[in-house]
Amino acid sequence: MAALCESFTLCGLGPSGGVGLGGGLLALEPGPDPDHVLLTDRGRTATLFKVSDQKPLGCWSVKHGQIITCPVVCNFETHEYIAVHDDKVLRIWKNQDINLDKVFKATLSADVYRIHSLPSGGPVVLFKGGGVRTLDVLLEAPQQEVENVISDEVIKWSEAFMEGQQPVLIFATEKDGDFFVYVQKLKVNSLHKYKLEQQELSKPLSFTAYLKNQTITLLCLYSNDSVYKVLIPLRQNTEEEEQILSKSLLLNLSVSGSVLKGTSFVVLDKDHIAVLGSLAASGEESKECLTIWNTKFQTLQTSKELPLGTSGQLWCYEEKFFFTHGKVLTVIMYKCETSSLAAAVGKLKDSQTPDVCSFINWNTLGDEELVVSFQSQQSVALKSESRMTLRSKRNTVAEVQPDASSVGQLLLNLKDASTTVLEDELKQLMSKVQMPDLQATIGCVITALINRCKTNPKYYPQNFLHHIVQTQDLSYSLCPDLMAVALEKKDLYLLQICLQRFPDIPEEITYACLKIFLSFSEAYLQTIDVDLESVICYIDIELNNKEVKTEIVENGFNAELEQDIWDTKMTKETRRTGGSEFCPVGPQKAALLNAVLHSAYSETFLLPHLKNLPAQQAVLFLRYLYYLYVKCSEKINTTLPGTGSPTINQIMDWMCILLDAQFTVMVMLPEARELLSNLHKFVRAQVRFYSELNKIEGSLQELQRRNHQKDSQTYSIEVLELI
Amino acid sequence: GGRLALARTDGAVEVYNFAANYFQEKVIPGHETRSVEALCWAAGERLFGAGLGGDITEYDLARLCAARSVDGGGGPIWSMAANSGGTQLAIGCEDGSVKLFQVVPGGIQFERNLDRRKGRILCLSWHPADTHIAAGSIDILRVFDVSSGQTAQRIMVNYHVQKVTRECIVWGIAFLSSGTVVTSDSFGRVQFWDWELGTLLESHTVSASAVLSLAVSEDEDSIIVGTSTGATYQFQLLPVKMGSLEKRWVRTKPFQHHTHDVRAVAHSSTALISGGLDAQLVIRPLMEKMQKKGYEAALRKFTFPHRCLVSCARKARLLLFQFSQHLELWRLGSTEETGKDGEVLPLCRMPEHLVQLKSKGPEHIYCSCVSPCGGWVAYSTASRFHLYRLRYEGDGVSVRKVPKVPKLLLPAYQLQFSADSGSLFVASARGSVHVLQLLEPGGCRHLHTFRPPSGSPEAVYLLAASADGHWLAAVGGDWAIHVYNLKCCKHHCTVPTYSCAVTAIAIHPVTNNLVIAYSDQQLFEFSVPEKQYTAWSRTVQNCGLHKGWLERDAPITHIAFNPKNPAHILLHDVYMFCILDKSLPLPDNSALLMNQSTLKQLPETARQRQLHAFKICKKFQPLLFADVLDENSLVMVERPIMDVKTQLPLPIQQKKFGT
Repeated sequence: MAALCESFTLCGLGPSGGVGLGGGLLALEPGPDPDHVLLTDRGRTATLFKVSDQKPLGCWSVKHGQIITCPVVCNFETHEYIAVHDDKVLRIWKNQDINLDKVFKATLSADVYRIHSLPSGGPVVLFKGGGVRTLDVLLEAPQQEVENVISDEVIKWSEAFMEGQQPVLIFATEKDGDFFVYVQKLKVNSLHKYKLEQQELSKPLSFTAYLKNQTITLLCLYSNDSVYKVLIPLRQNTEEEEQILSKSLLLNLSVSGSVLKGTSFVVLDKDHIAVLGSLAASGEESKECLTIWNTKFQTLQTSKELPLGTSGQLWCYEEKFFFTHGKVLTVIMYKCETSSLAAAVGKLKDSQTPDVCSFINWNTLGDEELVVSFQSQQSVALKSESRMTLRSKRNTVAEVQPDASSVGQLLLNLKDASTTVLEDELKQLMSKVQMPDLQATIGCVITALINRCKTNPKYYPQNFLHHIVQTQDLSYSLCPDLMAVALEKKDLYLLQICLQRFPDIPEEITYACLKIFLSFSEAYLQTIDVDLESVICYIDIELNNKEVKTEIVENGFNAELEQDIWDTKMTKETRRTGGSEFCPVGPQKAALLNAVLHSAYSETFLLPHLKNLPAQQAVLFLRYLYYLYVKCSEKINTTLPGTGSPTINQIMDWMCILLDAQFTVMVMLPEARELLSNLHKFVRAQVRFYSELNKIEGSLQELQRRNHQKDSQTYSIEVLELI
Repeated sequence: GGRLALARTDGAVEVYNFAANYFQEKVIPGHETRSVEALCWAAGERLFGAGLGGDITEYDLARLCAARSVDGGGGPIWSMAANSGGTQLAIGCEDGSVKLFQVVPGGIQFERNLDRRKGRILCLSWHPADTHIAAGSIDILRVFDVSSGQTAQRIMVNYHVQKVTRECIVWGIAFLSSGTVVTSDSFGRVQFWDWELGTLLESHTVSASAVLSLAVSEDEDSIIVGTSTGATYQFQLLPVKMGSLEKRWVRTKPFQHHTHDVRAVAHSSTALISGGLDAQLVIRPLMEKMQKKGYEAALRKFTFPHRCLVSCARKARLLLFQFSQHLELWRLGSTEETGKDGEVLPLCRMPEHLVQLKSKGPEHIYCSCVSPCGGWVAYSTASRFHLYRLRYEGDGVSVRKVPKVPKLLLPAYQLQFSADSGSLFVASARGSVHVLQLLEPGGCRHLHTFRPPSGSPEAVYLLAASADGHWLAAVGGDWAIHVYNLKCCKHHCTVPTYSCAVTAIAIHPVTNNLVIAYSDQQLFEFSVPEKQYTAWSRTVQNCGLHKGWLERDAPITHIAFNPKNPAHILLHDVYMFCILDKSLPLPDNSALLMNQSTLKQLPETARQRQLHAFKICKKFQPLLFADVLDENSLVMVERPIMDVKTQLPLPIQQKKFGT
């Protein structure tokens, strides 16, 4: 089912580009890049637009008194612009040129009808006399003689295609009500002339054509409100004089009593055409509208009224219609799906995503679509880039600049830009905080980066990934491959911050992280940089840090306090000499393990993975958990100091799940036995301790009550002896 | 020199002198309508305050009062910041405007408005180069170009947080010279922004509740933030690796010194300073900046004022308590029993609340005093001076205001009655002391005004009169002690200058020796008649005071004498009182300073060898006032911290074990 989507205004038009036939624009041609169009008005000016930004990127005018007579086209190979003014004067310029007076100029010997620029065949010049030259040939000798093939016929329409490696030009002429079609193959320099079959009481108004299977399909819109199809085979070596082309009716532009007086039309796909015209029902005023027709089922698919009037011109590039509407140039997007009878009668269930349009609209697109559309754009652009000739190198560099802000462009650059350039651009991107779906976009950026890492094993923008994960609130699902690549690259710091920040890491990845953390040697870990914040407050790091006096010295010396300090020091020392309570892992490993403890998981999914943990690592991990548990229990509030340090619940849960997963191993391993028995003793002591605490709770409350009574005594006379 | 100005929620402004052991050097009492949201030093030593009243006030630190007020013109003022040169003030107003004022001699002048947007400006910071101002508001921070007045950048601080419904208040902001803007907000985050790009550089969540205050060290390598849970955190700019050039902000030290919101923080070169809703000022030294162990190297907490708010009528056994806007007069209870050390005696008469005097108007009380006979009470506010005559008839008290008090230069900073209750000394501005003669049945007249011979711009803040009515000592803000002869109404002498703040003085009733306590805990005794230090004072200086005495963190706030034993001097601070017995040897550093509990365990004979001059008792804490009533009774006034805390709003609930 074909449908018209949202529309927007590309630009306003000057007084010459108004409504009505004869007004409007000279032409609209595709620009040097996707999403760019070149607009030539009927005066002196050509403008380059970026369509999705609705923004002019460049504008060039010829001098007063001159007039552009042939639409400006872009040479896709060199990124140059080509125009003809005053019928004979050829101009070629580049993006950075400003003044058309100073650019390349060639005066030709004959009047030019049109220039057709082919994506891979270079520009082809059609003269008013029917002569055809490629631009390259013409530039070699601008004043060369151009033959006149059509005597006094007048060219009405022309089009160019690439057939294999050779350009093919087709044009239609008129003379005294007779219409002729010429097909010129440039490489072999063969020209065929056909006569179009006559039609009673009507004549062609508009032509369009496409090339398929070495056959040109020419569609003609006739004044009897019908579209006819003419097939012109290209492989024809016989040089017959003036073949007559027979035509067949493709479509009658009438629907339930109203007739569409078409003025121009374009082909959308093999089953769809779009017609711009005025729809006139009998007895009613006609209304201008844009319509899409299904030629297979002869139905009107959709239409849109254009109350402000049009110039009767219609262009279509990259699934967008362009036409003048009132005093503006309007762009309207459409979608066209393969037609089926069900779709034609509106019975097809919408199986596809509801709104597929290639226009990158940040407001409506989901992440997946974004990625897809970016990738498709990327591939297109890359193809065209790779074919660029050297001459245009400078051009492209200059062009990237204004687009640097756009995400699409950025993603293009991600493929091969250097890291520093990339970082700058991404910082710029991140500065657009107002941009909706920044998270999604960052997700795309990371995905693109990761893809690049995958394809190029040497490439790994480590610092940048760290920064982006730290400052943006990302999640695992936004950049699913990030952690996998980090695991592969053994970027422990990135894994740590991901574990700390992502809320939705699959258990499999969590397990992989745990395993990789446990597998590294302490010596190696000491050389890398990880975030030690979660461990720094409780772990015993062998540093001669100075004792910081945090107690308040009230009235200086305090004997009891001093005594206390001594006591704690003593106990600390004795405890240390006990030895069993040293941290079994280094601070780096501890910090990494804490990140694992911190991440969310579901037991059912984690347990099967944990069963695979090698026995030695499992014991080490359990040893660390035991250490944490003991550390926790040292404090009355059973929390470890510092931020991001694991809570007692996390420690206990992990301990339980680890014991569940590795039960047999733990029971069998001799070195685990002592650990388990210590753990058992400790837990039993804890249970006893808490039950004792419960018992004395009542007594403590009573003490507190009495204390309060004493406090309320606000006045007393006491005896005090000072010696 | 290093001075710290702080404002309390009642509008009081205090200045602490770092050089004088953080002595609370100046106090400007509060005012009901003058809330202070922001304070800043500008143009050298000038202090400006601004608050929700919408005025910018300059404080006169010599006369200890609000000197001039200028309407900010933007509604309540939430924030104020001075530029690096102290020549301009920027204020942030309720209406969302940021206004610049020029600091000119004798006041400030409105200069211009910066680009105004909706939303109150809660915090401001100048770029050290004075080219830009960063302003924090609700959900947003903006950077203004000072020269054009336009908004140069606008950063949504909440953008990176998904699905936020609460608004995010930027409570604190700092603009570093590198172009980094640091914010602290109500989500508990401390964030670093690149102001030019508007990107988030780093984000640290330090707390589950709001981070209310933020300050940066002058070197911009350390930041302190205060949270509403009472915790403060230090951030330091540290190399990523040893010797690496790349530096990162790391949260290094957490401190929990407050129980309530930490409303204000400051960063001196050697210490982190925080002030909380729990009324405490905490100065936490940075040990890495300490060269040696000294007074600065210890944590300091200030909860109580460094001056006396209680006065005692010894003969009548009355106590007068000074509150911010009222006075209470109490008669002490009594007992007929005696007992052994530590016993609590049964009362035969309960203490009695006799009079409550409410000060009218919005001004808070500067000072107050009750005469030794209990018949007179005087107090002063910023603009008014009141004198009351009290008569006791049986159980009743009649209070009569003395009409037509002489017109004096107000406010009075200290009031002191003579020992015979016949005259009143009023400490006033410019070093002057007025002498009022009290007349029966209830009148007074101005007798004389003493002025220091060389003049002084500073106000007098301490007075001491001799018992014989001959001498009067006065201490001004320049720390010079002048002694006047009351009999011949002339200047008698000046005590040799000592470069530290005087915290208490008293003249001995028998010997007329002036005892002086300084904020560095030094004690001096100066003979007024002989105009020189006494022999004992010289001995003290030669031997030096005990280390334990010098390391105390609270200044001596009151000195009294035992009428029975001239060798006994009573000194007290917040944590202890001490009977200094001049007849005993001074303790040397090897001796135990606080030896009372040890002495009690020793037999009589062994005690003699252990005795030293300082008999210290720490039983009563925190001690607001101590005085000698008669030869065998002392009066102590405690102010339990719990009583203060019950009047505070509830702190943010935090989970404790077992609850």
